Amino acid sequence: MASHAAARNGGARRDQRPLKKRLADASAPYLYSAPALILIVTVMLVPLVLGISYAFRDIQLLNPFSGGFIGLDHFKTLSQDQNFYRALKNTLWWTGWSVLLQFVLGLILALLLDKPFAGRAIVQALVFLPWAVPSFLAGLNWAWLFNPVVGPIPHWLFSLGLMSEPYNILSDPQLSMWGPIIANVWWGIPFFAITLLAALQAIPRDLYEAASIDGAGPVQRFISITLPFLAPTIAITVLLRTVWISNFADLIIVMTNGGPADRSQIVASYIFTQAFKRLDFGYASAIALVLLALLITYSMLIVILRQWLLSKD
Amino acid sequence: MTGKRIASILAHRLAILAYVVFALFPLYWLLKVSVTPNKLLYSEGIRMWPSQTSFEHFDFVLKHSEFPTFFKNSLIVSGSTAIIVTVLASLAGYAMSRFTFRGKYWIVTLMLLTQMFPLVMLVAPIFKMLSPLGLTNSLTGLVIVYTAFNVPFATFLMQSFFDGIPKDLEEAAMIDGATQFVAFRQIILPLTLPGIAATLGFVFTAAWSELLFSLMLISGNDSATFPVGLLSFVSKFSVDFGQMMAAGVMALIPACLFFLLIQRYLVQGLTAGAVKG
Repeated sequence: MASHAAARNGGARRDQRPLKKRLADASAPYLYSAPALILIVTVMLVPLVLGISYAFRDIQLLNPFSGGFIGLDHFKTLSQDQNFYRALKNTLWWTGWSVLLQFVLGLILALLLDKPFAGRAIVQALVFLPWAVPSFLAGLNWAWLFNPVVGPIPHWLFSLGLMSEPYNILSDPQLSMWGPIIANVWWGIPFFAITLLAALQAIPRDLYEAASIDGAGPVQRFISITLPFLAPTIAITVLLRTVWISNFADLIIVMTNGGPADRSQIVASYIFTQAFKRLDFGYASAIALVLLALLITYSMLIVILRQWLLSKD
Repeated sequence: MTGKRIASILAHRLAILAYVVFALFPLYWLLKVSVTPNKLLYSEGIRMWPSQTSFEHFDFVLKHSEFPTFFKNSLIVSGSTAIIVTVLASLAGYAMSRFTFRGKYWIVTLMLLTQMFPLVMLVAPIFKMLSPLGLTNSLTGLVIVYTAFNVPFATFLMQSFFDGIPKDLEEAAMIDGATQFVAFRQIILPLTLPGIAATLGFVFTAAWSELLFSLMLISGNDSATFPVGLLSFVSKFSVDFGQMMAAGVMALIPACLFFLLIQRYLVQGLTAGAVKG
């Protein structure tokens, strides 16, 4: 045993190892990663391929005669589904506002926390706490705050004169989307603040000192030092977060269930509703395939944009 | 000049205070309603603190509801998922960190891909696959699904921890006659204990929070996890706000414990990663 190990580490006599030993060495990395790989392939890749095939089949859980191939029928239905178009529009609205508010408020928080002050460690722990709250609980918690029976928010809005009487904005077709958006902002600010704070702390301090000796004011320092240093982190986190939030249906399912009358449905929650409530797996998979195509297009656009920006420099 | 300085410090502290209030208020309200006795719930609905507090809701939830079962189920599912994922991810992460081999590029690509596509796509096919195996409505089924979902990220995490440990350590052990696997188990793994703890914590929290697949796969009360139990409770007895919020406070406990444990390392760890990368 000892001589084999020594031979392998010797390197020069590599090919004199017996065949069995060489095979064992070559297969070692595959053996280490095999359990993880087998699981990923069977529980993620196989269902993904199955799901794509469902999009072209009539699959309803409660109908034993379903299962046949129906070609593009689901997509024809989908192209005339007004609820789907509304969900598509809502997805843009939901993602845009959530990412914008999370990013702006997260950046301000990171800048505030970057200054040293007494009790900073405790404050940091407290403001990052929402990040640890399970998403279903964050959704329920905000749904209760918006509920005029136990929550204070409708009463505050009423006293401010913004509401004619305390009512639940989650059941208002015009406003229901804002409930999950506010909950999402509350829940997601820490993510941006943590990432941006880490990037802020990596900026060399002497740059700021040099700039203030040269007479640069705080705004000028922010624009010419902080922003350029943060730019790569901002770009990556905003792009990744956009994809993630556009697929994030938990808060909507918990708070409004897409209602009232599908007014707060996004594409991801619409897929879940089709599969979970109507048990129409074929149609759900067809919508999912369209969503996947849209996300791939978005990612391609980003890659092309990046290439274009790089070639311009 | 000094007046301006004081004003700027004051504005800074006020802004910080506003963030703390915004972050904590919903959780504070959850706690407040959970300790408000039923008879005061509607008359003192929007007071900041009830004139009387009681633990009657917690008492009811613990003794007369099925929430202890849900809590236990969630603990079993999240705990098993965390342990299995960490074992699989240590093995795979070690392979990624220590070997150069032909399939590596493809394995990394596959794992990155699984992080990109919307998991909600898999709700229907996974239900169809697990149903004939008798794995719907079972905790085992949930553990299998959660394990697969969490392995890719955990593998990258473990790989980064292994990358931080010098290669000479196991090379020295192998010169002394140990096989690579023995060196891995007896020398490298003990050195990555902090990394293993972080991975366990992340996966546990992720499994504890998962909603869509547990809603889809679990229907009975016996194997319901906390999110499923809480949501079905909300849709059935939507008037018992005190009890619902008491249950909500219970669901918060494990997540907050984990968070308090790791929050100190959160920004530090990311800074170190940024400097290295």
